[in-house]
This record gives sequence, structure tokens and C-alpha cells, in this order.
Amino acid sequence: MRVELLVNNRMHSLEVEPRRTLLDCLRDDLGLKGTHAGCEHGVCGACTVLADGKPVRSCLMLAVQSDGHAITTIEGVSPVPGVLSAVQEAFCEAHGLQCGYCTPGMVLVGHALLAEKPHPTHADIVAAIGGNLCRCTGYAQIIEAIALAAARLRSAAREVGG
Amino acid sequence: MGGAATTFRFVSRKRRVREDRRFVSGGALFAADVSLPGTKHATVLVCPHASARIVTVNAAEALKMPGVHAVVDGRELAAATEALYIGVDAPAVKRYPLAVERARYAGEWVAAIVADTRALAEDASEKVHVAYEPLAPVLDAEEAYQPASVPVHPEHGSNVLLDRSFVWGDVDAAFASAPHSLSYRVRWGRSSTVPIETFAVVAHWDPWRELLDVWASIQMPRFADQIARALRLPLNAVRVHQDVDVGGSYGVKRGIKHTVLVGYLSRRLGCPVKLIEDRLQNMSGGDMHGPERLFDVALAFDDRGAIHAMRMRAIDNVGAYTGRAPLQLGKPVGAIVGPYRIGAVAYQAIAVTSNKTPQEAVRGFGQAPTNYAIETGIERVAEALHLDGLEVRRRNFIDRDQFPYLIPSGTTYDSGDYHAVVAKTLDHVGWSNLLAERARLRAAGALAGIGIASCLEPSGANSAFEPLLNPKNTTTTWMESCRITVDALGGITLTIHTASAGQGHETLAATAAGEVLECDPDRIRVVRATSLESLPGSSPVGSRMAIMLGGAVYHAAHKLRRQLVLLAAHRLGVAAADLHYRNGGVEDRVSGRAVEWLELVEIAHRHYHLLPPQTEPGLVAMHVMQVPTGGALPTADGRIHMYPCFSFEFHVVLLSIDRELGTLKIHRYVVGHDCGTVINPDIVRGMTLGGIAHGIGAALLEEHAFDGQGQPISQTFMDYLLPSAHEVPQVEIVQHVTPSPHTVFGQKGSGESGYLGAPAALANAINDAVRPLRIRFEALPIRIAAIGDAIACASA
Repeated sequence: MRVELLVNNRMHSLEVEPRRTLLDCLRDDLGLKGTHAGCEHGVCGACTVLADGKPVRSCLMLAVQSDGHAITTIEGVSPVPGVLSAVQEAFCEAHGLQCGYCTPGMVLVGHALLAEKPHPTHADIVAAIGGNLCRCTGYAQIIEAIALAAARLRSAAREVGG
Repeated sequence: MGGAATTFRFVSRKRRVREDRRFVSGGALFAADVSLPGTKHATVLVCPHASARIVTVNAAEALKMPGVHAVVDGRELAAATEALYIGVDAPAVKRYPLAVERARYAGEWVAAIVADTRALAEDASEKVHVAYEPLAPVLDAEEAYQPASVPVHPEHGSNVLLDRSFVWGDVDAAFASAPHSLSYRVRWGRSSTVPIETFAVVAHWDPWRELLDVWASIQMPRFADQIARALRLPLNAVRVHQDVDVGGSYGVKRGIKHTVLVGYLSRRLGCPVKLIEDRLQNMSGGDMHGPERLFDVALAFDDRGAIHAMRMRAIDNVGAYTGRAPLQLGKPVGAIVGPYRIGAVAYQAIAVTSNKTPQEAVRGFGQAPTNYAIETGIERVAEALHLDGLEVRRRNFIDRDQFPYLIPSGTTYDSGDYHAVVAKTLDHVGWSNLLAERARLRAAGALAGIGIASCLEPSGANSAFEPLLNPKNTTTTWMESCRITVDALGGITLTIHTASAGQGHETLAATAAGEVLECDPDRIRVVRATSLESLPGSSPVGSRMAIMLGGAVYHAAHKLRRQLVLLAAHRLGVAAADLHYRNGGVEDRVSGRAVEWLELVEIAHRHYHLLPPQTEPGLVAMHVMQVPTGGALPTADGRIHMYPCFSFEFHVVLLSIDRELGTLKIHRYVVGHDCGTVINPDIVRGMTLGGIAHGIGAALLEEHAFDGQGQPISQTFMDYLLPSAHEVPQVEIVQHVTPSPHTVFGQKGSGESGYLGAPAALANAINDAVRPLRIRFEALPIRIAAIGDAIACASA
């Protein structure tokens, strides 16, 4: 089937099998390897991408279902190559990762959360990442990273505003 | 931090982990990301029976499908390859990547299918028809141990892979003379590390260069050697790319069978072949389950609770085949008495085969189960004497001034200050407040309990358990290496020789080099050699890299400093002894004259006429490091000095249990941790917190369960439950520093920290909570359903 996929603000016109997952399409058709396969049954969240700003599991979404939605992958997060977003920067500062396999999903969930809630509580952050499994960190430094990003974004917003 | 002189410039300072940038940006390179032109994709067909004779494999229909290139069965593969390496002395227990004539567990690979795409290969696998003749499986370890049990490998003659008994000290006399003794049985359930990335490998045989390139998700000692032997290739015809990022391992990413299979397929088809396990394949046929171990323990002790002797029998159900997994019964020998002064020990280690998934190395290599068994015993002694468990631990701890401390099994502990860590941790906790909080919860009707556990993390792996458990293995070195080059513009590059799975080795190496060379670690490049370019190494196992890679870098950097001093001495016409290395330059203490870094670099790279006679041009230094204190074979009476360093951890948990549902709430989790000098605080903290989360999984949630026919029944993340952010509490760490005398910065290992004591602490807390109901849990994991059922029975 022919699909028009808007990924990281670029439109791609592709021929895909109807059964092809968005995950496989992103990785193998578009070469966006930052989205990772973990369980491929919708539990671990390693394949998380944003669809219209909301986290979705790209292993449970077909490429053909993605037509008409704005998809953001981890490659679409940094403003320019070599420069990190505030959330990515905070993950580095707090060392909110180890092996890095779940990290793109965690970073995207962080972006989605902070877009919606600039003042997240600890419980908000736990709830946001609660569907994404990390086997390395025990989550504390991920939670700290997102809280740090929130604080920095608020502070930046105050400066701009003020 | 207590005790240590913090005179470091970069070591122990908060510094960013340099690897993180590529991971947060999606710019990492995992094995599945390697895409070579012309790659074909493999999948495997697995056996649905726990035990079966393979009658026929019929691939005719699959091979007719367009885009399907090969179907290979075990017979073909076994004829073309050598059997895989096994760690114990059981040569008849043959293992090949694909089952040969007989499949020995549900999930075992029976055939491999190669096609243009993975999806097509999976479609084709449904058209491969295998006729089986199912056989009765052997599943239980004690049953498998019986001489009458049907051997999983008939050629081996029994299911016993290993049965070794050791007696260290006069155990019988200690039991005879001690006023008290008790015995108990505990069971460590079959769980694993279950990384979020499954195993992935790409292999490409180039017939013109006669070279097999491998990109694999691995954490495996002697990986390339094993691939070469199995594929009947010279070792220098296998090139393993170690710059692949590994998406978690914690021990299990061994991947030998995966790589041998794919290497063979690539040679046969003349194209790159990729194999990525899906989660189902990973959970059953990935051969990465952890120990499943029964302990029978007896303790002899006096009225004060001092333990004089221990008898321990450990029987492990290692599954259908053996790699190095049974050796996980050997590593705990090096810390068999934990942090306690137990003077005599008898230890029987038994590994049996069964029709379950094979095991692989899991974080701690058998130490966490043993720690759980020991810590259970401490609580039993306390209970028998109506003493506090904390007090019993204190009465048995090795004291600070007793180090170096020789334990009965032959290992000498390097250093520690257990009383100090415990005191510091309890002070942080507010022990009396914690007791009051438990009382308050109980008064409000909850089942509340406090659990503690103290244990050791042996670190700096030298694998001395190999010759201990397999006398045919006489390996006594387990080295690690580093090379430092300074380029013609003065840039420093370190070459390391291993893949990493999130341990931050690049940060570690750069920090150690920066410390010695007195330059900003962020200016140092770290690269990973392929296996063909590598110096000797043993891979990041056994909590060793802070000690071994950190040590190798340190020594190589000091060699480089010495070269620079000699250059400067010649340049200045003074004796090297008068010179002083400072911030990259070399200074004459007497005259104050100096030769700065760039001038030294210029001389080394371009000015041979200014070099001291017989000096090699350029600036290169390397070091191959032997494990400190290692190098000896076991004594005739089965004593062996195992690891060089021993980290200590002390866990304190307060939890409560919902009487109706059996659900747990962890109110407080504090861990005291002493791993000597910390090189990067964020890395050590992350490893410890991650280890505790993993321990929560092993204690409460995770089990590779099988039904009575040997069918795996927890194959997805719906059934095999990994702790999420909802299950992992906020954990407070109390860090203490007792430097190791054997390491370059005083560092010890921390890669297994947290995991080694958390299961014991949680089990102790649960048992404390349910004690009023006269319930005791003696098997891990203690799942919610088991707690709820036990409470219901006790209350009925």
C-alpha cells in the first residue's frame, strides 16, 4: 500500500506491506535506527515514538495507520546535529541511562510529558515513564533527568518571558 | 565519604558520562542497526516439546517460496562445525547451535531459515515441517540427580555435570562442639537479567579476504576464540567489531550459538546474514536463564550467635546444555562466608542437566543466590536465640583490623569496614524511628516488616573458579589491556578492547588516563579496537573493569609519563630523577626549566635527532594487566584465592503487605555501599540502583516458569514481569569508602552492586512482616499471589 508519512517534519511517500509495523518502517524503510525493538508486544516501550505529540508504541502501530499523523522519532528531537534538546541534555547531566537501549523512548516520553505538564510532580513523572521498561538504571536517574529538564525549561521560559 | 584521601583531580568527581550523548540522540550503533548491502535475514524454528527425537526435517515447501535462500538443520550444521565450548569437564554433553537428532528443551532451535526479509523468513518457517517423537522430560533437579533418572544426554551417562565436595577446616568438630545448630532449605528461582535488547548478530564472510566480520550484541570472554574454533577458522580470520553498543547484558549476552550459526550461514550463502531474536525466541531459546538453585544449609553456632561452621549443599538445575553456567557454583567459593568470621565450611556443588532452557552467566555469577542463602541463615540464628538479626550480624562481622582476612576456602579479603558502613547506614536511616514506623504500621493493622542484609561483591574477576571446578582448565590469567597513543598534534587516544553494555568504559578509561596524565579527560578520545587489533583482554565480567581497565589505563599512562620524562631529560641534559611531570610538561625541579607537552610531542614525532639514543620515535604506551593477587592454581585440598577485591553492601528495607491482596508497599529502602574509591559517582550510583531494581525483580516478580510438561509459561513481558518505575521505590544510598590496597586508585567493583543483597533483604522483610501469622517464605520469587494465598491459609 502507498502511504504518506510525516516523520520529523519530512514527508515520505512509501510503498509498504499492510502488515508492516511503524517500527519496522521507521528502522528499515526510513533508516531511522534510533527507534528500538524490545519486546514487540507492546509492553517495554523501547519502540516509543510520538504521534501528534503523544507517545505510542511503534511495534503496535502499523505503518499504514500512521498516515495522517505527525510522527516524531528520537532523531527529530535535537534542534541541529550535535546540539541536544533540554530533555536530552538533562539525561546526560543526570546520567539517566546506562546501555541506552530504552533511552530514545524515555526521552520522547519526557518530551511529551513536559509539553503537557511543565510542572510535573514525582508521581507525574513515574506515571509517564511507567510504561517504559529500563533494565539498567532502576529509574531514579531517569526521573531526576526529567525533573531537571522541567526545571530548566521553566527557568528558560521565565527568562524569555521576562 | 569516609576514610579515603580525596586527592584526585578527576577520579571521584561528578563528571558527565561521555557515552550518554550518542544514546540520548539515537546515534548509537546497536548490532541490529548494522545494515550491510545484500544482507539476508535469518530466523529459527524451535522445538515445541521439552524432549523429543527429531525424526525428519522437511524444508521442501519453504524452499520453494520466492526470496527464501536456505533452510539449515542441525545435522548439516553439526557436520560443518565443531561442538561449542563447555566450561565443565563433560565432553559427551555436546552442544551445537541447532539440535541434532534430539531436542532437549521447548524452544530449542531446530532449523534456521534465511530469506530476503525477516518477515519472509518467519513466513517460511511455518512451511518447514518437522516430525517429532516426544519423550518424557526430566525437569526437577533432585530427580535429575538420582542415578535412575533418564539422562538428558544419554552419551554422558547421567544428568550430573558437576558434583564436587569441599571441606575447608574441621567442620565436623565445630558442629560437635557448638552448643547449637540448625538447618534449612531455601530455593532461588530461575530468573535472569532479561535485557531490553534481545540478542542480535550480523556476520559477513568475505571469501576474497577469507575473513569473517562479526557485529554482535555480546559480553563474552574469549568470544572470537570460540567462534573461530567452532567454525574451524584460524582466530585471525574472525574479526569482531567491538564498537557495537550492547543494549544491556548484565552477564547473559554470550551469543556463541547465534554467531556460529550466522557465521556458517554467511559462509554458505556468500552474503551478510543478520539474526535478531524476537522476544519469544529470546525468552526460551536464547539460552540466557539464570541459576535455579536449591540450598540445604546447616549452621553451628554458640549462645552469642557467633557462627562457627557452615555446611552448604547447592544443587543447580542448569537446563539442557552447559556453557560456563555451572561455574556459577564456583564463584561463590571466593566469598562463601560472606562478611562473617565463619571458621569452617563444607560445600557441595552440584549441577544437573534437565529439559529446561540452558543457563547463562547472570549478574554476580551465582553470588546473589548464595548471599540469599547465607543471609537467611543469619536470620534463623537470630530467631533461634531470640536475638536481633542486626546484632547477630555485628557479632559475626570480620573486624576492620582483621584485614587482610583469609577465609576457609582460600581467598583473602582485601579490606573493609563493615561495622562503620552499618553504623553510618543506620544513622542515616534513623534506626529507632524505623522500628517505630514498623510498630505504627502494625498497630494500624498492617503486616509490616523490616529486612536487612549484608553481603559482599567479589570484584576484579580472575575466573579462578574455572580450574577449581574443572581441573582440566589450568587458566591462571584473566588479563585486561589498554594502549595509549599521542598523535603528532598532541591529541591523546586510548584504545580499549571490549564492547560495552552500558558500563561507561570510555568514561572510566578517559578519567583514569586524565588523572595520571594530568589533562582534561574530555580531551581524550577513546576508541574500540576490533578483535584483530586488540591487545589481550577478558571482557567486562565479574565487576572487573574499574579495577582491570582502570588499572591497565593507569599503568599505560604511567609508562607514557616515563617516556616523556626521558625525552625531557635528554633535551634538558639533566638526569631523569631530577625531573617532575606536571600537567603534560616536564619540569626540572632544580633549575625550573621545563619542556612542555607540544614540544615533547614534536620531538617524539619529528625530531629523531633530539631523541635519546635507541629510543623508538612516536609516543605509544601499552599495558597488559594481570589481575592483582591472581595467578595461582587451586591447592590439592581445594582452596583457591579467587577475586582481589571485596565490596560491601548493607540493605535496610521497611515494607508492608496488604492482607487481602498480598501486594507489597516498600516504605523505605536504604543501602550502605562501600566499593572503595568511586571513579565516577553517577555511574556507580546508577549501577547500584539498577542492581536493586533487578533484585526486586528476582525477589518478587520474575521467574522463568515451566509447567509439568516442561513448557515455558512466562515467555512474554505479560508473564515474566520486569519491575517498572511503579514497582521500584526511591532508594537512598549511603556511600562509604574503604580503599582497596590492591588497586591503582583504591577502587573495587560495583557492576553487580545492589543485586547481590536486595533479594535477601526483601525476603527477610517479608518474613518479618508475616511472622505473626507463623508463615515463612523459603523460595524466591515471593510473588504477590503466593503471599496472598499464604496469608489466606494462615488466617483461615
